[in-house]
Amino acid sequence: MDQGAQTAAGNSPAAAAVDPLLDVDGVTLQYKTKEHLITATYRVGFKVYPADRFVLLGPSGCGKSTLLKGVAGYMRPVEGNMRLKGVDIKEPGPDRVMVFQEFDQLLPWKTVKQNITFALMNGGKCKTQSEADEIAMEYIKKVKLDRFEDTFPHMLSGGMKQRVAIARGMAMEPDILLMDEPFAALDALTRRQMQEELLQLWEDTHFTVLFVTHSIEEALIVGSRILVLSPHPGQVKAELNAHHLNHDNTADPNFRELQQKIHDMLFADRILEEELAAGQGDQ
Amino acid sequence: MSTLPQTVVRPEFEADDLATASHADVARKLTLWERIVDLDGVRKLTILVALMLAWEIYTRVSGVSEFILPKFSDTAAALYDSLVNDQLLIMIKNSISVLLTGYAIGLVIATLLTTVAIMTRFGSDILSTLTAMLNPLPAIALLPLALLWFGLGSSSVVFTLLHSVIWPVALNAHTGFMGVSETQRMVGRNYGLRGVMYVAKLLIPAAFPSILMGLKIGWAYAWRTLIAAELVFGGAIADTSGEQSGGLGWFVFANQMDMQIPYVFAGLFTVILVGVIVESLIFSTIEAKTIRRWGMQSS
Repeated sequence: MDQGAQTAAGNSPAAAAVDPLLDVDGVTLQYKTKEHLITATYRVGFKVYPADRFVLLGPSGCGKSTLLKGVAGYMRPVEGNMRLKGVDIKEPGPDRVMVFQEFDQLLPWKTVKQNITFALMNGGKCKTQSEADEIAMEYIKKVKLDRFEDTFPHMLSGGMKQRVAIARGMAMEPDILLMDEPFAALDALTRRQMQEELLQLWEDTHFTVLFVTHSIEEALIVGSRILVLSPHPGQVKAELNAHHLNHDNTADPNFRELQQKIHDMLFADRILEEELAAGQGDQ
Repeated sequence: MSTLPQTVVRPEFEADDLATASHADVARKLTLWERIVDLDGVRKLTILVALMLAWEIYTRVSGVSEFILPKFSDTAAALYDSLVNDQLLIMIKNSISVLLTGYAIGLVIATLLTTVAIMTRFGSDILSTLTAMLNPLPAIALLPLALLWFGLGSSSVVFTLLHSVIWPVALNAHTGFMGVSETQRMVGRNYGLRGVMYVAKLLIPAAFPSILMGLKIGWAYAWRTLIAAELVFGGAIADTSGEQSGGLGWFVFANQMDMQIPYVFAGLFTVILVGVIVESLIFSTIEAKTIRRWGMQSS
């Protein structure tokens, strides 16, 4: 897999020659709570290219999930714009499929297979049920859930549910797969396994994925490029490459180095804030 | 000087080979007795048989007057007699057909109310205010008014039934729709569901536990209201609507007038029986095939 990632990077065309798939430009997103108007992100910009495993990384409160909801079309930016293949994103659609953190994203009244065919039929990917069945089975096999296709979601473990959600998202073959901390609710062992499986699936088709996480390690393992966001409101701190890193080299010095670098980037704010707070306390 | 408990360091070990447990110990088949006791029906039937026996024995031993409490065996005989020789079956049919009319119209109105309530905030305010006002009002209390407006006849009863159906059904459905998880809503929109399709394919199944609960409560309220209406005003209603009329409530009332106490009990039994059959055959089947199968309600 290490080799695969490297050749992919080695063959990568110059960014200028390829049009970005997703262009987020100066986007400010706000949402209302009962008492406040919260600015989740402030003038955030980034470009996602085809076959990117683009990670939005930051502490809680950096607006990374809000940003993903914006790309999915659930929110409109108050400033700036978001374009997918040059077209403004206006509303949710099956060209940007979202995989959520919550297990209830699977419809409990549908079996594993029906959850996928439901998406294929309503998303306009398949015209006939048999066609949808066929595609669904193909992706169920890809996530190693054959034998469970007629099971209802409540009978599955958390990891299996997330696999179904990923299979459902991938079966749609969207322009971009949006993943909102999909492994955050899983135990550490299952999470690692799921990360590996996601990378294996990526090796097969080189799909484009926009992945949100707050774990630096996960970002380095899963991502090929990482957007580091600062909190309150979310602003771009850095964009880093991580295509050369995966599970096999977590012990390598360059992995540790990058991990430390990002850690310092995110942590610097907190030290500053603490100093500021201490300074105010003194006065 | 305090003495904190210290960590006791013990030697480590690793198991070389695991003893294989015999298959029977890991997953043992339940015995016949365990499986019989596990059947819901069997346990409930046992309770019923015990109650009937206690009743029969008490009436025989205590020598209580049969005008106060007839023997269970007499009641059973009366029930059989009314089913076969009298018009009890027709009366059951009469009651149920009035009930179904009221229930069906009630559902249509409840659906309209809920639709308005989920679409607009004003509609939601209307529903919650009306429900808060009218739900505590016993439907049977409206019957005198209904008789005044619609005259003697089944339309008055249907009107009171509407009152007992609409509020619980609309309120539960509305609560159900409001409670559909944000994630599921987002999933529905993600895969291109809009408008009517969004409601039919996502909101209704997602809110189905609440909707079904409303349907059950609505049915139970309506059944009680109907029997009460027939009991209180049954004579008046029965008289106007021609031959072979009157429902179960009327059957109970008329037999009490004739001092046919075993038949009164038989009538009450029938009321219970219809209730139990609808609950355990219709609603339980729907529940088992939907929300329990989907894990939205624990069994």
